[in-house]
Amino acid sequence: MHTASLRELLAQATGAGHLPWRTLLKPGDWLLLVCTAAVVAASYPLLWRGGVADRAVVKRDGQLVTELALNVARKYEVTGAIGTTVIEVQPGRARVLSDPGPRQYCVQQGWLTRANAVAICAPNHVTLQLAGRGGGNRAYDTLNY
Amino acid sequence: MTPSTIELPVTADDYRIARYAAAAIALTVAEAALPSPLPGIKPGLANIIVLVVLVRYGWRDAAWVSLLRVVAGSLVIGQFLAPGFFLALAGALCSLGVLALAQHLPPRLFGPVSVSVLAAFAHIGGQIALARVWLVPHDGVFYLLPLFATAALFFGTINGLVAARLLAIPLAIPVAAAPAEHPAP
Repeated sequence: MHTASLRELLAQATGAGHLPWRTLLKPGDWLLLVCTAAVVAASYPLLWRGGVADRAVVKRDGQLVTELALNVARKYEVTGAIGTTVIEVQPGRARVLSDPGPRQYCVQQGWLTRANAVAICAPNHVTLQLAGRGGGNRAYDTLNY
Repeated sequence: MTPSTIELPVTADDYRIARYAAAAIALTVAEAALPSPLPGIKPGLANIIVLVVLVRYGWRDAAWVSLLRVVAGSLVIGQFLAPGFFLALAGALCSLGVLALAQHLPPRLFGPVSVSVLAAFAHIGGQIALARVWLVPHDGVFYLLPLFATAALFFGTINGLVAARLLAIPLAIPVAAAPAEHPAP
């Protein structure tokens, strides 16, 4: 019983048959490989975008202040705990333009482009978060893998 | 009191399935030692054995080998009932479902490579579906789909080629159930 598979392996190891690899592919195989490769390649840009953002959500003390659509450029001012935070929106992206906070973390974060990206201006109690289509998973703030 | 003996009749089928399953388990264990760039991306070498068994002995034997491989392989590497085991099981069940359909592709046009690639996509599909429903309840898992699909295409092709090559070699000992269709060199 064992000798059969062993002999098979030995025959394989010694290259019995010497068939070139391409003769192992039939016309349908080529067709299928080309089609699936095209589908896989097409899936990269579609899925890699990782959730396109379509609006910016501005909150103060956790309460919704406004939602800004990401299709027109504009600026928006929010008055927070220690001053005024200026949010700038451009098509497809948003950022905190200026903030009275001492360390400027949320300003230095720069442009947010992906859905669920967030800039938090903690001293002024203001947050700017991008939201995507469909609302996403509201139950989770963040997920790590 | 005499100890009772229970004898299970062992058929030639059982021996054959056990032999192939052992080879598949060995490949699973060997593969577990390889580092993986991303959890879930593996060559899936054991599927070569499943493909060979499918072509030679039919779907029933392939299902036995595949599922024995998942259960016994996970026992050997200490993954039994761990998340990885259920992912492997979901992948194996999905790919067996696809194999049941893919074995009816016209053999004149489609060889083991097509079957292997389709099964690899089913495998990854089953795993991602289970991961989305159970392990990572967030659409974020789908961002990894292009990577998984690329791996499935790549390793599915390689495994299919290896299986095709193995199948092109006549069996050293003719087995009654083996289909006798080997092209003359």
